[in-house]
Amino acid sequence: MFREVKIYFKLIACSFRSQMQHRASFFMLAFAHFLSTLVDIIGIWVLFDRFKVIKGWSFPEIALIYGMMHMGFAIAEAFARGFDTFSQLVKSGEFDRLLLRPIGTLLQVSSREVQLMRMGRFIQGLLVLVWGCSELGIAFYSLNALIIFISIVGIISLFYALFIIQATLAFWTTETLELMHIVTYGGLESGQYPLHIYKPWFKGFFTFIIPLACVAYYPVAILLKQEDLPFWLGLVTPVAGIAFLYLACQLWNFGVCRYQSTGS
Amino acid sequence: MAIISVDSLWKEFSVPKRRKGFFGGIASLFSREYLTKIALDHVSFQINEGELVGYIGPNGAGKSTTVKILSGILVPNGGQVKVMGRTPWEHRIETVKEIGVIFGQRTQLWWDLPAIESFELLKEIYHISDSVYKRSLESLVEALELSRLLEIPVRQLSLGQRMRCDIAASLLHEPKILFLDEPTIGLDAVSKIAVRDFIRKLNKERKVTIMLTTHDMDDIESLCSRVLILNEGKIFLDGSLSTLRKKMAPERRLIVDLIHDQEWISDPQATVIKQDGQRIWLSFDPSLISTQAMITRVTSKYSIRDLYVENPPVEEIIARFYQDVNL
Amino acid sequence: MKAYSAVLKARLSVLLQYRSAALAGLAAQVFWGFIKVMILEAFYAQSGNSEPLTLAQATTFIWLGQAFLQLIPWNIDKELEQQIKTGNVAYELLRPLDLYFFWFFRAVAMRLVPALMRSLPLFLFAGLAYALPPPVSLTAALSFIFSLSAAILLSSAITTLVIISLFWTISGEGIQRLLPHITLLLSGMTVPLPLFPNWMQPFLNLQPFRGIIDIPSRIYVGIIPSQEVFYYIGFQFAWFLFFVLAGRWLLKRAIKRFVVLGG
Repeated sequence: MFREVKIYFKLIACSFRSQMQHRASFFMLAFAHFLSTLVDIIGIWVLFDRFKVIKGWSFPEIALIYGMMHMGFAIAEAFARGFDTFSQLVKSGEFDRLLLRPIGTLLQVSSREVQLMRMGRFIQGLLVLVWGCSELGIAFYSLNALIIFISIVGIISLFYALFIIQATLAFWTTETLELMHIVTYGGLESGQYPLHIYKPWFKGFFTFIIPLACVAYYPVAILLKQEDLPFWLGLVTPVAGIAFLYLACQLWNFGVCRYQSTGS
Repeated sequence: MAIISVDSLWKEFSVPKRRKGFFGGIASLFSREYLTKIALDHVSFQINEGELVGYIGPNGAGKSTTVKILSGILVPNGGQVKVMGRTPWEHRIETVKEIGVIFGQRTQLWWDLPAIESFELLKEIYHISDSVYKRSLESLVEALELSRLLEIPVRQLSLGQRMRCDIAASLLHEPKILFLDEPTIGLDAVSKIAVRDFIRKLNKERKVTIMLTTHDMDDIESLCSRVLILNEGKIFLDGSLSTLRKKMAPERRLIVDLIHDQEWISDPQATVIKQDGQRIWLSFDPSLISTQAMITRVTSKYSIRDLYVENPPVEEIIARFYQDVNL
Repeated sequence: MKAYSAVLKARLSVLLQYRSAALAGLAAQVFWGFIKVMILEAFYAQSGNSEPLTLAQATTFIWLGQAFLQLIPWNIDKELEQQIKTGNVAYELLRPLDLYFFWFFRAVAMRLVPALMRSLPLFLFAGLAYALPPPVSLTAALSFIFSLSAAILLSSAITTLVIISLFWTISGEGIQRLLPHITLLLSGMTVPLPLFPNWMQPFLNLQPFRGIIDIPSRIYVGIIPSQEVFYYIGFQFAWFLFFVLAGRWLLKRAIKRFVVLGG
């Protein structure tokens, strides 16, 4: 286990280093990414400027959930980059080479690349979150802050799991991968708002099938007392994200087994 | 005890039938028709430790499939396989730790990194101890003359240089078995000889069992004492190289570029196989007339611009073999 | 003229190959439309009736925005970017063609084909699922088509200008990543422009990106009455001309500075 972690960081370090070699380009990319993701919050601000409230939530409260979502998504996006381009590995037969190494395939694919410029989105989300916290008077060293932290971990796990699932589909088909963007980028887009504003079937899908509500909406709603549920629940529901990640890894292993049985 | 034992191995692939057109594409999303292709048809053989075996056959014969199954990354439909006492696909990680695989056309090195960094990553991945790594690296660098290449990013190396680094990479963990798939393809003559010499030494001195898949008959002739010929998923010959030579009628090809058009070459001991403008393909039996004598005869009788000597391609040997079997 | 239409045709056939990607993208956009409409419905639930757009009108804006998402300059022509970076663009000058219009027609094709492949199915879907009302009148429908054509030209002209700007930037990455998002915002695709704060309206009414989907949508929905349509389409064309002239001028300077002198 410890050896795997060591290998993971060594492999990631290579990707890290080669990006740092082009430092100017990296900063420019990260800054451009920061600005382009800013458009999202500007769009939301415009609507709140006019309407003031959405189903009982104010703008600072939205800022909380928005910030968390973007921070979590950015980290998942940055570290799951190896899965994003995975279908190329299968198409070219490169995946066979991964199977010829005496370590797990998940480890190898996940450590292929880290896309650092995604930090642009992360910083944008962080700024919005900090603003929201200050407006709402949420202290840095408080139980509330703990909920936020655990939720972000849950959000990272959830989206990382979705990227793994997206890559696993490549074992069956290389055609319809863009459909997964509906749940990854679509999940981000819809999760920026509290899920209770959507139609019940939509909310149900994102609670029970893809536990987005468990990692983002419920913890924040409990923290803000928007939902009348016990406080400890807010600390616990993000675990659904980690469970989802575990399931995604199992699906991956199943996909690898199938690949080994049918060949490429 | 055989280090590799294969018994009645069979593997088939289901290839989806492609449907034409836009609506065919939509239809295939809902239902698929499949064609079954038999890649390996009850193949059996044994390889002992320290052997250097050639595994040849035309494209699509099933060679890569065999190597993938033996290395544990592909699961067959039936049959028994034991590599170093284990069933490879059931113990992928243990099997893979003790074998090395080289694909001639694809590198296992990290493209953007210098070769030495790839080696160091592999040291971690294969869990090679410091002392073994040091010893292994030193002898490989010396044997393959890599000292000047180590710091250069792999993408900047020539094909021959990259091949040598790939060979080193696959031997760092001192595997007992080495699978080589087209190791000399695309290399210049000097590199080919260097690679062959290295492989020969590796087998003789280190007793590494080597299974060599290739289309290059020169590779086979210079390295292998034993060959397995595979065709359409079945083993056609499993024997020594001298058996193979005896079984096939010895033949050399002489390709002649004439200066004048429309000339015809006739010779009592040569047959014209093909003529294309000024180029004529001749076939002769080197056991009846030496190559040197043949060349002398042809060049003295005709005005020649250029001339090549060739072995007949593997496919033709096998096709002829197939014909012989059917007689 | 033949050469330009050949360019258009070639691009068309290349883009028509990507069917399954198109289907998946279609599904994604339907999803997006759904989300945006649900969000608007939630906002409108507690508002009075004094908004610049009714909910029905805002919904129409959203679906029109999704249908014509392809008008946004997403991927700037990678091929041309490479040509400029490597200097091979010099070879293009050997052709007996006006380089600007050659590139301009490429841009048009890159907008037009995906727009056609997405908008029709999306229109159908939105019509069936949400009873998307048709344009308020026949005049509105015809004006809408004109306005949309102007939007395609405008978007292509902006794209071409950005491509030409690649002569000066070291890596086009920055502006290429930013432009689509700025366009999304200022064209009204993220949020319909009429819903923006009142103090921003004067600026928003003058900037060129509104010509990409905001003006056509307003015509469709009838906010712009038929008498004023001419003025608004004229606005689109004015900006179009501006970008064309700017592009041509910039290209001339680029050729003088970079290509002729070498390097």
